Amino acid sequence: MLARFDCMTDSNRKLLSGDEAIALAARHAGIALGAGYPGTPSTEILEAFSEYGGHAQWSPNEKVALEVTIGAAFGGARALCTMKHVGLNVASDPLFTAAYTGVTGALIIVSADDPGMASSQNEQDNRRYAVAAGIPMLEPSDSQEAYDFMFAAVEISERWRTPVLFRVTTRVCHSYTVVRPRAKAEASKAASFERDIRARVMIPAYARPAHRRLRQKLAEMQEWNETCPLNRVVEGNRSLGIITSGISFMHVREAAPEARVLKLGFTYPLPMKRIAQFAHEVERCLVLEEGDPYLVEAIRAHGITVKGKAEMFRFGELDVPRVRRILKNDLSPEPAKPPGKPPQLCDACQYRIVFEALRKRDCIVAGDIGCYTLGVLQPFEAIDSCVCMGASLGVGLGLRHVLPPEQARRVVSVIGDSTFVHSGISGLVEMVYNPPPNGHVLIILDNSTTAMTGHQEHPGTGRTLQHEPTGKVVLEDLARSLGIRRVHVIEPHSGTGEFDRLLSECLDSNELAVIIARRPCILIAKQLKQYEAQRCECPSAPAGEPAAAQVV
Amino acid sequence: MSKVTNVVVAGLGGQGVLRGTDILADVALRAGYDVKKSEIKGMSQRGGSVTGDVRFGDQVFSPMVPSGEADFLLVLEPTQVEPHRYLLRAGGTLITPDAVSLSQLPNRKTLNVALLGALSAHLPMPEDQWLASLREGFAENFFEGNRAAFLIGRKGQKAGAS
Repeated sequence: MLARFDCMTDSNRKLLSGDEAIALAARHAGIALGAGYPGTPSTEILEAFSEYGGHAQWSPNEKVALEVTIGAAFGGARALCTMKHVGLNVASDPLFTAAYTGVTGALIIVSADDPGMASSQNEQDNRRYAVAAGIPMLEPSDSQEAYDFMFAAVEISERWRTPVLFRVTTRVCHSYTVVRPRAKAEASKAASFERDIRARVMIPAYARPAHRRLRQKLAEMQEWNETCPLNRVVEGNRSLGIITSGISFMHVREAAPEARVLKLGFTYPLPMKRIAQFAHEVERCLVLEEGDPYLVEAIRAHGITVKGKAEMFRFGELDVPRVRRILKNDLSPEPAKPPGKPPQLCDACQYRIVFEALRKRDCIVAGDIGCYTLGVLQPFEAIDSCVCMGASLGVGLGLRHVLPPEQARRVVSVIGDSTFVHSGISGLVEMVYNPPPNGHVLIILDNSTTAMTGHQEHPGTGRTLQHEPTGKVVLEDLARSLGIRRVHVIEPHSGTGEFDRLLSECLDSNELAVIIARRPCILIAKQLKQYEAQRCECPSAPAGEPAAAQVV
Repeated sequence: MSKVTNVVVAGLGGQGVLRGTDILADVALRAGYDVKKSEIKGMSQRGGSVTGDVRFGDQVFSPMVPSGEADFLLVLEPTQVEPHRYLLRAGGTLITPDAVSLSQLPNRKTLNVALLGALSAHLPMPEDQWLASLREGFAENFFEGNRAAFLIGRKGQKAGAS
């Protein structure tokens, strides 16, 4: 009871999601710039960072976001870059070489992985990126650690002048747990450019020594990690030792409260001496991790005898019942969860009209990532592929090039406005540069927002993350500037047949065509009117002065 | 380790499932408990099934209520009862929209709050803490409607139990 009384009088206790905790820590640790692209489960980090008074901005995609934050960190500032796991694929080009250049300030890259695919197209395990690129990795287990580890990440980044991978998962990002924040926020470090050509210009002559420096840094970090307080032992019965990290630690503590646990927080480069000692001190040592066998493979490669989980537990996320099964080595089939009601396109969504038309023409549809991916479900079943952000263009063009003409003429690429700006533009350039013999039709479903992730702005809306007016990329102007003659903007309405006629006309033309089906998402119609009214009040205003910082 | 109370709220996107778990978690936090709340967002806005887990007690580890261990299952939509029943422990309490008479509610939107009222009758947190969370968790002009709905749910459950 005493503990509870203490808590009740502790007004500093906050219930924060992992995303909010990262944002608050970023603010308190003096992060000068946060950039990213929306993606579940990472989206709320930058939104909260902005609400707490931080300088946050959406980039067109994760590659640009990482480059912007690398620049900020070259300038000596502390920078934060956020994205979902697949976003790091897009940003992987700058990632690998930023590991060579290092940074002058701090650079924290948040990768929000989605084991179980609550809202993703794959469940890749981005811990592999830390190893592949050669950057240190931290993995918090709850919101308090998400908060605390951000300060450690900044310290590590500045000490070794390296980007840090801050790896979280859906259940860390979207679970709310109690956080006691530090009282005082740190001021941002003053940015200042110092020329260091050999460190930052990665021509081969300078990159070769940079690679050696990187390996040297990693060796030093590994040694430091051996006694790092981000890893800790929970005492328990030595008959069973469990090595774990991230959210799995919480499931382990509940499923095996009696076990001795080595909880790893700094998970690359791994503290192998410490792990070996832990394994030596227990009778049986089990590695319990969600997703890929990353820890277990690394530990075994080091000659330490540990047991991993069965392959069946590699799929989906872990929870307490699954951890109990792993502990019992129970390989019997797991009970299937009863299916819930799947999501669907809203009743009044304009995309319904588009998918009905595509279905009617029996089109072969190369789709993309967003709300409209729901066009794959009944009653439409009008999407034939969905690979990654922006893939609709390239996949559609590839199909057009090889299919027999009667099939090729039915191929259409369908992409949303935010996804188009993210990575569809280069596909459109490909369409102009390598046009298929019978042309191609691109439909941009423009609902004036990034709807699926919760209605974020993007360069095509002409509004910043804070919904303030800024420069706007006009999609039809962009398409026309590439020399595409057939560029149509249409607001689809049901019952008129107008969209069907336009689609048929474009398909039959054997030319390159872009149809922009434009109607704002009905879920934010009211907000959009308010934003537009604000725009009218200040017609020429670019983004104004940022709002006064909210003290948190 | 003392007992952790497990609550799952289920319904469809747009019904206020997550808002309901926000209020419950806030009340538990005010009462001094360790609290964890877990939710799956992403596609919920498109009318699909949504569930939110709230766990509170002296110390909570996993943020997710293990299947078959929910002490309370609150379901906002009748079609969602069967798909989520497996979450409830044997002897656990199921609270469905039948717990309140819809015609008594100020409006249908307050169903989530009314069912929280029904849940509150089974939990140790005092009424004024619930009302404080309801006051702070929504815009001021919703408070009276929410208070009425909450009390209808709470009293209905108490009357049913006695």
